[in-house]
Amino acid sequence: MDQFVFAAEVVLNGLMTGVMYALVALGFVLIFKASGVFNYAQGVLALFAAMTLVSIQNGQVPFAHLINAALGTQIHHFGWTVPAALAIALTALVMVGLAFLIEKLVLQHLVGQEPIILFMATIGLAYFLEGLGDVMWGADIKTLDVGLPQGISDGIEAATAQWFGYGFFIDRLDLWATLIAVLLVAALVAFAQYTKQGRAMRAVADDHQAALSVGISLRFIWVMVWSIAGFVALVAGIMWGTKSGVQFSLSLIALKALPVLMLGGFTSIPGAIVGGLIIGVGEKLFEFTIGPMVGGATETWFAYVLALIFLVFRPQGLFGERIIERV
Amino acid sequence: MIYREAGDFKTSYRADGQTFPIRLDRWGYYAVLAVAFGIIPFVINDYWANAVLVPFLIYAIAALGLNILTGYAGQVSLGTGGFMAVGAYAVYKLMTSFPDVSILIHILLAGGITAGVGVLFGLPSLRIKGFYLAVATLAAQFFLVWLFNKVPWFYNYSASGQITAPTREVLGFAVTGPATSAPAKYLVCLVLAFLLAWVARNLTRGSIGRKWMAIRDMDIAAEIIGVDPLRAKLSAFAVSSFFIGIAGALLFAVYLGAAEVGEAFGINKSFLVLFMIIIGGLGSIFGSFAGAAFMVLLPVLLKNVLVGNLGWPTDLAAHIELMIVGALIVTFLIVEPHGLARLWRLTKEKLRLWPFPH
Amino acid sequence: MMMQDNLTAGTRQIGPVVMELRNITLRFGGVVAIKDISFDIRQGEIRAIIGPNGAGKSSMLNVISGFYRPQEGEVIFRGVPRGPMKPFQVARLGIARTFQNIALFEGMTVLDNIMTGRLNRMKAGFLSQALWWGRAEREETENRAAVERIIDFLEIQNIRKTPVGRLPYGLKKRVELARALAAEPQLLLLDEPMAGMNVEEKEDMSRFILDVNDEFGTTICLIEHDMGVVMDLSDRVVVMDYGRKIGDGTPAEVRGNQAVIDAYLGVAHD
Repeated sequence: MDQFVFAAEVVLNGLMTGVMYALVALGFVLIFKASGVFNYAQGVLALFAAMTLVSIQNGQVPFAHLINAALGTQIHHFGWTVPAALAIALTALVMVGLAFLIEKLVLQHLVGQEPIILFMATIGLAYFLEGLGDVMWGADIKTLDVGLPQGISDGIEAATAQWFGYGFFIDRLDLWATLIAVLLVAALVAFAQYTKQGRAMRAVADDHQAALSVGISLRFIWVMVWSIAGFVALVAGIMWGTKSGVQFSLSLIALKALPVLMLGGFTSIPGAIVGGLIIGVGEKLFEFTIGPMVGGATETWFAYVLALIFLVFRPQGLFGERIIERV
Repeated sequence: MIYREAGDFKTSYRADGQTFPIRLDRWGYYAVLAVAFGIIPFVINDYWANAVLVPFLIYAIAALGLNILTGYAGQVSLGTGGFMAVGAYAVYKLMTSFPDVSILIHILLAGGITAGVGVLFGLPSLRIKGFYLAVATLAAQFFLVWLFNKVPWFYNYSASGQITAPTREVLGFAVTGPATSAPAKYLVCLVLAFLLAWVARNLTRGSIGRKWMAIRDMDIAAEIIGVDPLRAKLSAFAVSSFFIGIAGALLFAVYLGAAEVGEAFGINKSFLVLFMIIIGGLGSIFGSFAGAAFMVLLPVLLKNVLVGNLGWPTDLAAHIELMIVGALIVTFLIVEPHGLARLWRLTKEKLRLWPFPH
Repeated sequence: MMMQDNLTAGTRQIGPVVMELRNITLRFGGVVAIKDISFDIRQGEIRAIIGPNGAGKSSMLNVISGFYRPQEGEVIFRGVPRGPMKPFQVARLGIARTFQNIALFEGMTVLDNIMTGRLNRMKAGFLSQALWWGRAEREETENRAAVERIIDFLEIQNIRKTPVGRLPYGLKKRVELARALAAEPQLLLLDEPMAGMNVEEKEDMSRFILDVNDEFGTTICLIEHDMGVVMDLSDRVVVMDYGRKIGDGTPAEVRGNQAVIDAYLGVAHD
């Protein structure tokens, strides 16, 4: 009975992590559907967004490190702090600007290239953004606080203690993160299904040429999806940054979205959500049951190996369309 | 003698198929070999060995390996770091378990063990393709690093979790361990790099190489003309991993001397080698060397300029290096997807026709 | 050297049945691409499959070359029913083909592309190849000589070392034929060898097809849209429409068949 309750707690935590994975994975799916680019840089995008947010909040001078080194000055801060809401808005603007630059400087020149070349280009992009983030804001670990509630939820602990005789430890931040992620996912799905831009986006995803011929601007759509992906990255960056500090490992957590996608199928929004939940729960349960026997820290690889084994049996993922090969 | 094909007639298919069909190229190649084997070993010092030449040769082997898999057989792998770790831990276990056997045999065996592991992780390549496979190879990367970190048997239960190479000799000269001289390190790596490059060249010009390239260019057509995709892909994984395993073994035993798996063989190593072949040129033996040289020299150069000359902090220089590397990768993929090797070839083609380009 | 077995030049002879297709049915989900088709191909003949778009011609060729596996029916090659086989195993039986939308290896030179056609004849072991010593080197030279003969035959000497990606369409088609010929196949399948060509290129290609059949005695099964070409080239014709066989016989017989005329010119349904 105890084991069962522990497991239930683990599953609950896993589900909440899974929602976060799903959120990042959605960023991937959107870009992949609209531009055929498998964006490896999504994780670094989240890191970059979180770094920018913290630094704007603290009133840090961009490129202070570089300026000081080059000119011998000693500037670091503007001497003000920016309220969280305004800082988030400013960061969102930065992400849109970044999307515009990426389209202009990178994607535009790679139109029609093989997917694998595009993929490798986004790895280069990831390196560049990581370096840029460090040069702009410094590589030290930053604490992010935008006023989200944190700490163990007493209410849930008390309630579950009453029901099961064992109080569940649930972080309030996770609850909020789950809530926000669910809302964002719903909003994105609604956007893709019901708005004019969403329809155009899906049209582009289906067939670039055909979309062009009915007067949809490919460039506009690409800037748009990269902006959305940037915004999703910002939200994910806020959640994870608040939880474990803004540092390089954040971009690796976001990489977990890759196996999520392999599981769910790269073109499927429901796939991203279900895949996220499966991986979130799966890795927590595996660590809980098998982890102690093998030395723990299985979360670093479990998602990848699960996705690998799964793909061998179903290469198109859970919800992907079946691939019919032709000659 | 000018750089020209004209007048240099080939009278047999064998002469036409040789590695350097143009006479001047052949001479250039012999000159490079003469300098590498005949002069450098006598003048090399610790700085040049450790900062430039030894890492260059080791990474060239790794790049050759990845280029066989990615550039020739078209299977993108992000597991290079993990496979290098297999080579390193294999050679460590062999060195410490059988101290009387020659280190050279251990290094080759380490390559063989890595080839086995590579085939295992290459099995899914039959079902999954392109970036699906690339992401799947991340499984190898993360799992292998975790394995060597968590299972104490692999690091002989050492308290630090590190592996440290004991001293081993070849012909009376130490090639591993703290007492190794710069020429010894250099020569071991040079001989292996030379032999492996020669093997890579042979494999890629014969029927195995054609099978790999056929799978790369169009796998369905390859299968219909009679290429068994499973064997072609797995042989590419095996050969590639053999090279990468040897590179990992050398990196640990000869170059670093001691290693901690997450630090020495993390995912960044996978990307480093991938970048080498993108910049050097996919599907090119020369490109593997050019890319390795470029990626080894770039940080040395940046450090000398930014830190040495301008006096900037080291971490800032490291961050700028990240930006430059990232930007270079994107630029190369946009401007010249075949990398330095193709730029070199284009220059030579111009030279061949010079001064009458039409 | 290797080709001399087939070089019984001079009088063309149509021999016994090489390939027999018996009651083939192929479905994709609910869609029936081929419905209960039987026909055979005889040694040394040029057999054509014609029919309107979507009639299932390419699917038929894909069944013969083992790329699609029919749900029902038997494929009998040289009197032996062919069990379930992978495409590469079918290729090793001596069946080579070209593709409707050219499937060359774009990153390789013309020479290397044609050499891939001989991969199944190269048996050097791994070690021999790695050291480029003994069998590997010998084989390379021998097969190169065979490939050079095909290059001469198809008149593509001047583009030998050009990467295939740079070639114009018509030449690519010819290189693809060369690759299939390099395998010295028992049965050569050509999927619309003249699609998208101008009159001159079509004439060249027709000549090559006739020469291949005549000089090497290669059995050929081809799909083609151009009725004139089909009637001139082929010994016997299968006509398909909506996945069914509606005619089979010599060009003259087929031309007079009412069902064929209806399928091609359209007929008023009531």
